[in-house]
Amino acid sequence: MKKRRMYFRMITASLIRRRSRMLVALLSIAIGATILSGLVTIYYDVPRQMGAQFRNYGANMIFTAVDGSFTQDDINSGLSYIKKDDIVGVAPYRYENVRIREKSILAAGTDMEGAKAASPYWSIDGEWPSKDSEILIGANAAEQYELRIGDDVTVSYTPENAQVSGDNGEDIVEDETIDFKVVGILDTGGNEEDYVYMSMSDLEKLTNSETKIDVAELSISASSDQLKKYSQEISNQVSSINARLIKRVTASETTVLTKLQALVLLVTVVVLALTMICVATTMTAVVTERRKEIGLRKAIGASDKSIIWEFMGESMLLGCVGGILGSVLGFVFAQQVSIHVFSSSISFRPLLVPITILVSVAVTGISSLMPIKSATDVDPALVLKGE
Amino acid sequence: MSLLELKDVFKIYGELHALDSINMKVEKGEWLSIMGPSGSGKSTLMNIIGCMDKPTKGEVLLDGVDIAKQSSKNLTAIRRDKIGLIFQQFHLVNYLTAVENVMLAQYYHSMPDEKEAMEALERVGLADRAKHLPSQLSGGEQQRVCVARALINYPEIILADEPTGNLDEANEEIVVDLFHKLHNEGTTLIVVTHDPEVAEVAQRKIVLRSGKISKEVVNKNFTGKIHFE
Ligand SMILES: Nc1ncnc2c1ncn2[C@@H]1O[C@H](COP(=O)(O)OP(=O)(O)OP(=O)(O)O)[C@@H](O)[C@H]1O
Ligand SMILES: [Mg+2]
Repeated sequence: MKKRRMYFRMITASLIRRRSRMLVALLSIAIGATILSGLVTIYYDVPRQMGAQFRNYGANMIFTAVDGSFTQDDINSGLSYIKKDDIVGVAPYRYENVRIREKSILAAGTDMEGAKAASPYWSIDGEWPSKDSEILIGANAAEQYELRIGDDVTVSYTPENAQVSGDNGEDIVEDETIDFKVVGILDTGGNEEDYVYMSMSDLEKLTNSETKIDVAELSISASSDQLKKYSQEISNQVSSINARLIKRVTASETTVLTKLQALVLLVTVVVLALTMICVATTMTAVVTERRKEIGLRKAIGASDKSIIWEFMGESMLLGCVGGILGSVLGFVFAQQVSIHVFSSSISFRPLLVPITILVSVAVTGISSLMPIKSATDVDPALVLKGE
Repeated sequence: MSLLELKDVFKIYGELHALDSINMKVEKGEWLSIMGPSGSGKSTLMNIIGCMDKPTKGEVLLDGVDIAKQSSKNLTAIRRDKIGLIFQQFHLVNYLTAVENVMLAQYYHSMPDEKEAMEALERVGLADRAKHLPSQLSGGEQQRVCVARALINYPEIILADEPTGNLDEANEEIVVDLFHKLHNEGTTLIVVTHDPEVAEVAQRKIVLRSGKISKEVVNKNFTGKIHFE
């Protein structure tokens, strides 16, 4: 026991009292550990980060009706198969042909909050409708009808069961009408620019009918395998809904993710190799610099084994300190990358601290092996020979 | 049986006979000094006796064991157990304090014992310098730490190569006095020196020339005290 204490006293003295020399080695280990733990954090966080990024590109799953239409309850029972945290947005849509100034146009009833979340790329001039009788109009439609933000517009609808009456034999159709106020103009670059968007309840009032949903668009943050599982389960379990993936979106997400992770992995391996080379070089320099000390230790009776253990102890202690520094700095590094690249923060993974320290100790130990082995070649007679 | 006996020992480097048929005996408790011009083979001889080098030819019997035939691992063990070394360049580990340097010898030998190490420093008059690093000690003080380290494990032989080579007279006297004390306690001393005054103190003096023993003088009026001219 006392021997062990002297051992630690020696190796810590060597590191502390020779700190200016050991700083270079420590620095290279700490930088290596920082980059490694940072990259590992990013590696595991990239799917989440990128997933969130990808969700900006809109829905990646779509519910369609098996038979005509479905209800909000059907959507809810479908959603119950998806992990709550994975759901980014759900937008139900009901489409009806309506008329504005006697010209027909497609009106979509939706949940504005859901649409906003499921289609973050929609750019709105003006505001999202926030209450009933407010309407969002596609850019094309707005041009066609010469409507601007703030304009009032009457939307009419001819119910299927419209009463046809006529005193003079003329057909008079009794339309339902609602006066809306244009609050926003929608710019998407797609078909959406030809439609008008109103709240589900307005559309129900206008059509004088029950709730019914034609399609629901979902934005879900999950891997493509997980998405596949979700869609299959929902299609199987909810009889009124057919859940499909929007392949174009999910497939490109997966390729980008795989490539990005491969890149991070590659950089990790390169950094690991560089760190090992750096540590090996530094330890070789340290051993060379301390040849006289090694000779002295041998002259006063140190065996090769104890020389190896002393240097190994020093380099492992160095690896340990470097690992502690690295796991702290690595988190800061990953956090900075995350904030600047993905504009979101990452969560601290406590398990990564012992892993970083362990890996750092192992890497330092392994890279010091050869230089330390050469320490035992030192001839103790060197000491008596003087300089 | 003598503690140390060299029989026809050679150390040959290429053409050069650094040691050329050395025959000598050292008895237990004896104080021997070795002199000779530079390059005469003194350090080579000390390396062989100190188990740090092997002769090209010949037998070196230490306690009856021929150290010329031992593996380097065994030599390390013999060196650790039986020999205390003192060098001209007061070799200390520069990042360990005086007392830690003494404890280092204990550490390799058996068990580090700070109290005992402090006592050894006290014997060389450095108790108050125990916590100093070598760079904070004078040359004389450093050499005294080396003496403390050499004697800490009660070696059978203390080998000193130019122990006073870098010291002034005052420190030289302190070191020689320490040798005298060790001698009185029964330690065998072999001291290589250029300095005639240090050489004269010993009981016996061997002079080397070109790897051969050229002269051997026994000190009839041995007192163990140094006399400066
Ligand atoms: N490893 C070696 N290889 C070749 N020659 C050596 C080696 N070691 C010593 N010698 C030679 O052996 C001879 C004796 O050297 P040694 O170091 O024993 O001399 P010394 O008596 O201690 O001299 P000094 O008083 O200068 O210390 C010298 O000529 C030296 O050059
Ligand atoms: Mg010499």
